[in-house]
Amino acid sequence: MNPLSLIVRVGCDIFAWFMLVFGTNVIIHGYMSPGGGFQGGAIAATFIVFLLVAYGSRRVHSWVNEGIYDVLFDELGLLSFIILAFLGLPTSFFFNYLATPLGVASPWFTPGAGTIFFMSIAVGIEVTGALSLVILNMHRGIRLFSESPMEEELGHDR
Amino acid sequence: MIGNGPFLAVGILFLIALVGIFTQKNLIKIAMAIAILGSSVNLFLVALGYRTGGTVPIHYLAGEGGPMVLPTPQAMTLTAIVIALATTALLLSLIMLIYRHYGTINVDEIRRLRG
Amino acid sequence: MNLNEHLPALLLAVPLLGAFTAPLFSLGGKFLRNAALLAATFLTLVVAFLLWRHVSAAGVAVYVMGAKSAALTLPSGMKFPIRIILEVDAFSAFMALTGAIASFAGALFSLNYMNRFTGLNRFVSLYCLLTAGMLGMMVTGDLFNFFVFFEVASIASFGLIAFWRDKPEAIEASFKYALVSQVASMFILVAAGALYGKYNILNMAAMGSVLTLGTLEKVALVFLVGALACKCGAFPMHMWLPDAYAEAPSGVTCLLVAVSQASLYGLMRVCFSLYGVTLGSSFLPWVIILLGLASMFFGVSMAVVQHEIKRLMGYHSVSQVGYMLLGLGAGLLVLPDPAALASYGLTAISGGIYHMFNYTMYKALLFLTAGAIYYATGTRDLNEMGGLAKKMPYTTFMFVIAAAAISGLPPFNGFVSKLLIYESVFAIHPALTVVALLTSVLTLASFVKVFQTAFLGPRKFSLSGVKEVPSGMLLGMTVLTVAIIGASLFPTWTLSHLVEPAAKALVDQGAYIGAVMGGGM
Repeated sequence: MNPLSLIVRVGCDIFAWFMLVFGTNVIIHGYMSPGGGFQGGAIAATFIVFLLVAYGSRRVHSWVNEGIYDVLFDELGLLSFIILAFLGLPTSFFFNYLATPLGVASPWFTPGAGTIFFMSIAVGIEVTGALSLVILNMHRGIRLFSESPMEEELGHDR
Repeated sequence: MIGNGPFLAVGILFLIALVGIFTQKNLIKIAMAIAILGSSVNLFLVALGYRTGGTVPIHYLAGEGGPMVLPTPQAMTLTAIVIALATTALLLSLIMLIYRHYGTINVDEIRRLRG
Repeated sequence: MNLNEHLPALLLAVPLLGAFTAPLFSLGGKFLRNAALLAATFLTLVVAFLLWRHVSAAGVAVYVMGAKSAALTLPSGMKFPIRIILEVDAFSAFMALTGAIASFAGALFSLNYMNRFTGLNRFVSLYCLLTAGMLGMMVTGDLFNFFVFFEVASIASFGLIAFWRDKPEAIEASFKYALVSQVASMFILVAAGALYGKYNILNMAAMGSVLTLGTLEKVALVFLVGALACKCGAFPMHMWLPDAYAEAPSGVTCLLVAVSQASLYGLMRVCFSLYGVTLGSSFLPWVIILLGLASMFFGVSMAVVQHEIKRLMGYHSVSQVGYMLLGLGAGLLVLPDPAALASYGLTAISGGIYHMFNYTMYKALLFLTAGAIYYATGTRDLNEMGGLAKKMPYTTFMFVIAAAAISGLPPFNGFVSKLLIYESVFAIHPALTVVALLTSVLTLASFVKVFQTAFLGPRKFSLSGVKEVPSGMLLGMTVLTVAIIGASLFPTWTLSHLVEPAAKALVDQGAYIGAVMGGGM
């Protein structure tokens, strides 16, 4: 996978950031419009796809620290999701303790959707991280065909 | 009759996918058949929830009056799409590993396991 | 906050939390990661035990996710339930307890067993996720969520079966399993969608209360039964099972055994609680009985000729699943007839359910001993083993117990459940008992062969350096051995406290429906 021409690279540079912003927009408005965490996350994850297409996997892999996607995005999203669910536990698991009825202004800075708003963001962060990781790892798998030999586990004894 | 069109398409897609899974020799084509199977089921669910002249089932965006389409099948479809995405990625990764081990993706030549 | 009320949700939340926090703990090194795996599975076991105790004391437990109170199934006078509902009756709680024991034992075993391999933080995550998916299938009260947990368990097990990425066989087994379970899960989704289209309900209890048998319901039933029978390894679609069980790491195989029981649980839940007496004809029960007979016979006859130890045990799994299908199918056959149900139907169901527990325990133990042998000797081929009894006395002892239990030798628990199945299906047709007995004899023959070639016989020169396996693996096996010996020493207590409430709960469709439909405002 070699870098593509200058025109493609410049176009992808611009559109990659656009997709990131658009994905964030979809995630943040997920509680009240079509879309939400998964859809927005899938859009935001195309950021890395643009870069992979334009620059080739070798250069992108040298830029990207996968630990950031793994720990920061995945863990942050998953943990905040399940902690939000746990916080409702005195009433019931997943209880929406921040919600306000329709037409009543919320006393907090949050929208009336309450925890659904936060859960949508948590899912968005998680999906962005997870899909980017999937794509990066599958790309690295393609590169392994030509470059390194098969890694062998040590424990099989045969 | 035209209202049953989506269901007819579902049936055809479902059969195509099943035939593909059972007759194809290429692992990538089998993975594609699995994806088609998932899509046909998703189409089935969405078609199930449609009401003639219905609007989006979202409070802020709904038009004046009129019935809303059922939101539950749409939620089901979204969940199924997420799951289908995960399995497709996993199947393709497995095919990549199989190709690295065997040097082929033809089912007939991959016979390490017997019985 | 009443803890008992929240137990069904905690049963899913604890392993999920374990799966999500595992990468964080893995940053802190090996010790923290292992501690996280053990803590998650042990807490799950504790929650499953408390849940079982709560359900056997207080009846069916219902949990509504996100509702104003946890038991509010019909808010503000609605006619049918909304929200995600978990429903745990004695059968579900019993199955969850069984699964949690297997999960804990497999985790203990894996600590030492997986020590030599890389990528273990993923292993911990996937293991906890598989536990959560399995328990979710057992406690959910909703057809669509059953599909979701089915998929969670499937995807986690694809990853775990292919965990040894450098072994082509493991990748191939995982791919085969992925194909079968993807087709099966899509069939389940079609059936759930079709039933939703007709009744506008996804909750199994609410659907069971309004279900009438028409063409659509028959088609949906065929889809559900076919998919779940595929997934639990019944005869015509059993070919994925020996591959997957043989190629997965042994600690995972131990859990996969319990996961296939979750599919069997789903099959029974659909047949008994969703359709129940509306099934009417005896066609489906006979199909299940015949599937059971075919699985029993073909499974064991394939097993006899194998010489790879885990693959042999995998084929025995097929034949053991046949026993449960036979017992539960016989119960389903006489479900509309109260007199026959009381005289032998309930015995057949008790036998089937007890066999599910026994099977999970001894088959998991057998796979763990096979893993221990593999760990110690580095081979899975029976022809290359010999004289291991002197070198590995504890493993030998536990293997003998498990082999005696699976062959149905009298003092052990396998004998009790098989006897219940024999004597009850004899009332339906003597030929069923004959096939079951024949299978049992062949099972015994097969395990005598394994014992003789692997543990007795001349000591092989190539195995002179073999030592007993580390204590963590022995502890994992001990958990299951204690469960088997406990059930063998107190068969009456086990039957009256564990099995019979589960069998009665499975038959009692009214109580399952009433817990959701009658508990409103």
